[in-house]
Amino acid sequence: MSHFETDPHLFGGELDHREDHAPGDAPEESAGHWVLNSNLGLIFSLILTVAAFLAARSHLIYGPAVPDALLVLGVAQMGVHLVFFLHVTTGPDNTNNVLALAFGILVVFLIVVGSIWIMANMNQNMMPMDQLMRMQP
Amino acid sequence: MSETGLPATVETLRRVREDPHRLGHRSHGSEGPVEGAGHGETGPASKRIIVGYGFWIFLLSDIVMFSCFFAAYAVMQGATAGGPRAHDIVEIPRVALQTGALLLSSYTCGLSFAATNARSRLWTQVFLLITGLLGLAFVAMELQEFISLAAQGITPQRSGFLSAFFGLVGLHGLHVTVAGLWLATMMAQVQVKGFRPETVHRLICFNLFWHALDIVWIAIFTIVYLIGGIS
Repeated sequence: MSHFETDPHLFGGELDHREDHAPGDAPEESAGHWVLNSNLGLIFSLILTVAAFLAARSHLIYGPAVPDALLVLGVAQMGVHLVFFLHVTTGPDNTNNVLALAFGILVVFLIVVGSIWIMANMNQNMMPMDQLMRMQP
Repeated sequence: MSETGLPATVETLRRVREDPHRLGHRSHGSEGPVEGAGHGETGPASKRIIVGYGFWIFLLSDIVMFSCFFAAYAVMQGATAGGPRAHDIVEIPRVALQTGALLLSSYTCGLSFAATNARSRLWTQVFLLITGLLGLAFVAMELQEFISLAAQGITPQRSGFLSAFFGLVGLHGLHVTVAGLWLATMMAQVQVKGFRPETVHRLICFNLFWHALDIVWIAIFTIVYLIGGIS
């Protein structure tokens, strides 16, 4: 009874609409949709990249705010890559991918922020080098 | 036919519109559960899904490894031991060229997979070749940067900051190099074997890997080169 078999977007019956999707794989979309996604991703990435280099090299943005602006632009571009190049979406067929990504981001956050925090704390609490030297017997 | 009495095509259209992912429609109705859909008691998902998902997990673990190098860089940023600081070794024009090359290669990589989906061997090969050449240009520019730095006596053993710098940027360059070898292998496989399912699975994984490398490069050029180049 199913008419999914006659769907032109399916490739030789290998894929089924009801399956989960792997990242970087979007079975229900035709090649044209992939090209469109790539084009959009390229345009957004180019805009964000040019904006980042401009922000860093010119004085368009208030000086002390430049690093924050660069971080925001970088995160935005990673988002663009995830959505348009890796095809990670919020659809129900993508739940597993998004959950894995969320866990990955959590671990990355813990490692980076935790390292910076702990090392800054140790730096602050360490005895100055000359005093440390004087304590050596 | 369903109870509504509509022609089957209309009925299918309505079902797809209302519930594109057919949640809650799997275990009843005339079709019954779908073999290998990966839901409920229908057995494991198809190999294509499992391979892609498994590689996604590997990529995330790879990104966790990169995050350790980023953490080391952040901690070591001030440990210059009287040597050059980030501001002194950054050359923005080269970084802009590298970024452009890698971004364009990500684009052509996406196009190559569109060609793969359309089962066009010629265009898959053409776009993979462009991707590989852009990746080669990226690695060449990075090598040139490292060599010119080394010529000025700026080497990893000079200071903690430089160890972290060369470790982080070099690790990414190493990834791109290995991905380039993988790309050449894939081109040979597509040429010799054609679009067998297992070859397409590998192409999916290669695409994921290449895009992930571009994502890591975004973090590197933002944090190491642009923010490091400011002060």
